[in-house]
Amino acid sequence: MARRETPEINAGSMADIAFLLLIFFLVTTTMDVDSGISKKLSEKPPKDYVPPVIKEKNIFEVNINRNNEMLVEGETMKLGELKEAAKAFIDNGGGEGKVENGVSTGPCDYCKGARSAASSDHPNKAIISVQSDRGTEYGMYIKVQNELLKAYTELRNRLALEKYNVSFDQLEEDFKNDKTNEKLKEKVEFIRTSYPQIISDAEPTSVN
Amino acid sequence: MSKFGKKKKEMPAVNTASLPDIVFMLLFFFMVTTTMRETDLKIENPQLPNATEVKKLEHKSLVSTIYVGKAKDKRLGTGDKIQLNDKIATPDDVTAFILNERSQRSEAEVPFMTTSIKADIKSSVGTITDIKLKLRDVGALKLSLSSRKSSEIQE
Repeated sequence: MARRETPEINAGSMADIAFLLLIFFLVTTTMDVDSGISKKLSEKPPKDYVPPVIKEKNIFEVNINRNNEMLVEGETMKLGELKEAAKAFIDNGGGEGKVENGVSTGPCDYCKGARSAASSDHPNKAIISVQSDRGTEYGMYIKVQNELLKAYTELRNRLALEKYNVSFDQLEEDFKNDKTNEKLKEKVEFIRTSYPQIISDAEPTSVN
Repeated sequence: MSKFGKKKKEMPAVNTASLPDIVFMLLFFFMVTTTMRETDLKIENPQLPNATEVKKLEHKSLVSTIYVGKAKDKRLGTGDKIQLNDKIATPDDVTAFILNERSQRSEAEVPFMTTSIKADIKSSVGTITDIKLKLRDVGALKLSLSSRKSSEIQE
């Protein structure tokens, strides 16, 4: 019996098939990773909760009205000026810090602000309160949040560069890659507690 | 100098035998990176705000997404609509939505769950606040306001 040779399969159209699939995946693919401004909501206060008394000078008030105009500490302000104003407020360091577990944090020794008596005492006491109207545009709200966060980021970066010669962004990145490194963790924690992000969203005023 | 009148040499054909290999390589790359949209939007594709201070959302399986924007179906009115899973809902439904999302994960993972709000820049803060209040009531405190990363913000 003479063995017949098996005819070779024509692979010429293989590329076409592959191209077809490729184009399909090219069209359906979305590369963007989900990212956003992360916020932590405050826990629901119990019914008999009495809010602590906070000195007026430790609150940085930002109001946004329904026409997307901004009122900061009673004066109108452009979005571009907000970051510097927030930085000046946070970094003022005019008095003693918060008393935590009976231990006073003392005056802010890393602040570079004006140390004015009329502005915040210490970064860990400085509260930024954002009050928006129900009719405010979400885009504007995000822009304001972004500027405030930027103020914190810049202050944190400055402190980290001074103390560890590396920016805070880099420090966080390193820590993310090496979660077990106690030294890095300590550094990150220190910067975070030095400039804690205290941005509170006041309940919006309603439009009727 | 070369001689004239020499017979032109024929161009050798480019060997295309490795073309499928190249294409397959690309194909696998896109197959791996592709993510298909799992829910179809009942609202208009939200135009996300731009921000510089964004953080990447990690642990994708622990993220529940709430969409806010205008409804595609004009009969539903022109105000802001909230979409949970694949239907338009009211802020009151957010509680049930979060509880349902939680029941699908193990108990140990619940504290790490994040809610991502994908809202259109034109929607109003009031709607977002309604959702936030509901989230706070149910104890889903980790929130991410979805925005696109951009290098500079224009006023």
